[in-house]
Amino acid sequence: MARLVIDPVTRIEGHMRCEAVVADGKVKDAYSSCTMWRGIEVIMKGRDPREAWIFVQRLCGVCTTVHAIASIRAVEDALKIKVPRNADLIRNLIIGNQCVQDHVIHFYHLHALDWVDVVSALKADPAKTSELAKSISSWHNNSATYFKAVQDKLKAFVERGQLGIFSNGYWGHPAYKLPPEANLLAVAHYLEALDWQREVIKMMAILGAKNPHPQTFLVGGMAIPIDPESQNAINAHTIAALNKYADMGIEFVEKVYIPDLIAIASFYKDWTKYGGNSNFLACGEYPEATGKLWLPAGVIKNKNLKEIYPLDHKKVMEYITRSYYTYSKGDKVGLHPWDGETTPNYTGPKPPYEYLNVDGKYSWGKAPRYEELPMEVGPLARVLVAYASGHKEVKEVTDMVMKKLGIGLNDMFSTLGRTAARGVIALVTAYKIKDFISELAANIKKGDYTIANTEKWDPKTWPQEAKGVGWHDAPRGALSHYIVIKNKKIENYQMVVPSTWNLSPRDHKGVRGPVEEALIGTPVADPKQPLELLRTIHSFDPCMACGMHVIEVKEE
Amino acid sequence: MDRETIYEGLVRRGVSRREFLKFCATTAAVLGLSSSYVPQIVEAMEKKEKPVVVWLHFQDCTGCSESVLRATKPTIGQIVLDIVSLEYHETIMAAAGHQAEKSLHDAIKKYKGKYLTVVEGSISQKDGGIYCCIGGRSSVDIMKEVAKDTAAIIALGNCATFGGIPQAKPNPTGAIGVMDLIKDKPIVNLAGCPPNVENFTATLVYYLTFGKLPALDRLKRPLFAYGILIHDNCERRGYFDTGQFAKSWGDKNHRLGYCLYELGCKGPFTYHNCPTIRWNDGVSWPVMAGHPCVACSEPKFWDNYAPFYADSNSSFFAKATKIGLGAMAVAGLTKKENKE
Repeated sequence: MARLVIDPVTRIEGHMRCEAVVADGKVKDAYSSCTMWRGIEVIMKGRDPREAWIFVQRLCGVCTTVHAIASIRAVEDALKIKVPRNADLIRNLIIGNQCVQDHVIHFYHLHALDWVDVVSALKADPAKTSELAKSISSWHNNSATYFKAVQDKLKAFVERGQLGIFSNGYWGHPAYKLPPEANLLAVAHYLEALDWQREVIKMMAILGAKNPHPQTFLVGGMAIPIDPESQNAINAHTIAALNKYADMGIEFVEKVYIPDLIAIASFYKDWTKYGGNSNFLACGEYPEATGKLWLPAGVIKNKNLKEIYPLDHKKVMEYITRSYYTYSKGDKVGLHPWDGETTPNYTGPKPPYEYLNVDGKYSWGKAPRYEELPMEVGPLARVLVAYASGHKEVKEVTDMVMKKLGIGLNDMFSTLGRTAARGVIALVTAYKIKDFISELAANIKKGDYTIANTEKWDPKTWPQEAKGVGWHDAPRGALSHYIVIKNKKIENYQMVVPSTWNLSPRDHKGVRGPVEEALIGTPVADPKQPLELLRTIHSFDPCMACGMHVIEVKEE
Repeated sequence: MDRETIYEGLVRRGVSRREFLKFCATTAAVLGLSSSYVPQIVEAMEKKEKPVVVWLHFQDCTGCSESVLRATKPTIGQIVLDIVSLEYHETIMAAAGHQAEKSLHDAIKKYKGKYLTVVEGSISQKDGGIYCCIGGRSSVDIMKEVAKDTAAIIALGNCATFGGIPQAKPNPTGAIGVMDLIKDKPIVNLAGCPPNVENFTATLVYYLTFGKLPALDRLKRPLFAYGILIHDNCERRGYFDTGQFAKSWGDKNHRLGYCLYELGCKGPFTYHNCPTIRWNDGVSWPVMAGHPCVACSEPKFWDNYAPFYADSNSSFFAKATKIGLGAMAVAGLTKKENKE
């Protein structure tokens, strides 16, 4: 038995620690812990609900926008504000742009190095890499000369002895299976994606003023005006630019990300056996003109795709039995976020420490449960719920990916399935963005320039007390913000975020969180180089700033 | 083996001489230097070894790193592979756990006295540092250890500079900025939430070119980026001076791009170069897109500049009604104070 600690877990957002018990080359038990807390919910109390989004957006700069969206939706729900269609369209464009860019960054810059051996790329024959590239995609950078140049750059970098961000990786680990040629292909696209992510996100910069942390959201709509006759508003220039960045998104996902995903995954098909979960929750996203959501909401229990349960926020409870908090009614009860409490109660070891006390409380993250069940949220949940609900686009792309990999729907309950699902969502979203642009242009053509519903802007129009929930299916999964407004001020502000669901510690019954559960049975060739654990952890795309600095507050 | 120079690195990555010179000229412009400085920058880039950078994350949201990922002049690929040698950065480094900690310790030992430290996020002091631990150690301990042998520190973003959002009232975790903890090292504060990457790269280039840190204001912010009020460079300043204001979201004045002061804009109180360099390769910035500035480069802006929106109930609106001279006098005062 070996007790294995990964801290810091890198290539994620934020501060995560993982402790695992390994025996006979397999993970027997695992503990996921967040090691940082900021107390932002405590900070929210007493502030103006209209500016809550500016604060809570700072929960996370990687999934920037997502907390802003959930926040304005929560306030709009509380105050019963109906948002104009144009505002929903602009939000959909920002959300979609964020989702596509974020998934590509995750694949290449946060996840790829778990599967791609950078040093092995040095041994590749660039001509063969070129053949491989041409066989899977018509992307323009596919010549032997191009790959030779990438390899030469890499060679010079390595020979200089300063490996920088690539130093101390698990290079040469036996779990790396790609041939050198595929490794070289992936390294080339790692570098190309660095340039692409900066360009494609300009759609958000246009509509949001900047990225990260865009600044045109507004309770009731958006602050960016529309006027085709003005040079200081969304006009024909804007529509043209939006289309340019939308096309840039489609092209890269279609010709680089998806082909790479399939090429790399085909060498790791044994990873359909590890890293799975049973329960999934998706909250749906992209309001359509009909009032429905384009991607559906729903809950899956025990891998049963035949029955999709409707989502009801009242069934969400949070437990802190194994988290560094205490509840006034005792640490075994669960509380709905509207009744949530945040009283820090650190009982962990005094830093510096070697191991956490995993028999007691061991994380700053809470344990959210839906009808007492842990839920995986994120691209896989979104794909499974949409697929099972008969969503046309999701079904088509998922079937295409599964067919190319030679895997079935049951194989999707795995680390590989989760990583593939992220690609599916990126592609369908990249296409959908074009529809939103067309609809916005059509509205402008009709003379509809409305961007905000300002009827309730003045706090004098608000009731004495109001409660609201804002859902947003963020890149990392279902996110919900809960607000209680009293006397025009925030009385209670709470958030249950994707990484709180996925990286949750054990609950009141001792049931593991989704990541902890997914790690059980993972093979570990060398406990000193736990590459395999990182594959499953990274497949969830953890975001600790969101998940674990976040606890709801209700001060007594 | 000698470390390669920045120019060698760029050539190796296929950057042409012409592109290289263009980069140097752009940098001079961001720094507010005349074109006569360009040869000096060129020379520095050609001869200087790549500086070693250690990047620490504390109570952060990684938004500052994300901002740096959007770098265009030079690009992030060039920064990471050519301009600096980035030895430790938790978000993008390949290594994890013990191997990651090894990278940090190797770097600070090997490049003792020479490495630059970039800090993202605030440091949590309260309750023995339990609110922010990495590798089982508190942010206070790690900051002190890394600061000991660093050449200089760049505090990146409002959290690392002034304590940022974790420090907003009631500051539940005792969050502080780097300069509140480290007193014996040169520190440059690149404020902003997030900071603009162009100011980050310009600071690096300034350091490499002139062999020293840029001139700073009393809050340790470089004058080349934080020397002038947003209001004084704002493209909507003309509307302010003539009293033409947007009154409501999406009204005719808002659509035409009139001044946002009456909606709550904090441009008259905020030192930052947003209007001149803008964001994301010059695409936009908040006022340009129609939303008021929230003073994100100022200390304690979460408390001192909220409410961010003006309405008939807020004290800010009372100020705003005395447009023109009154408001300008306020702005002028702030400015004088800042330049002391």
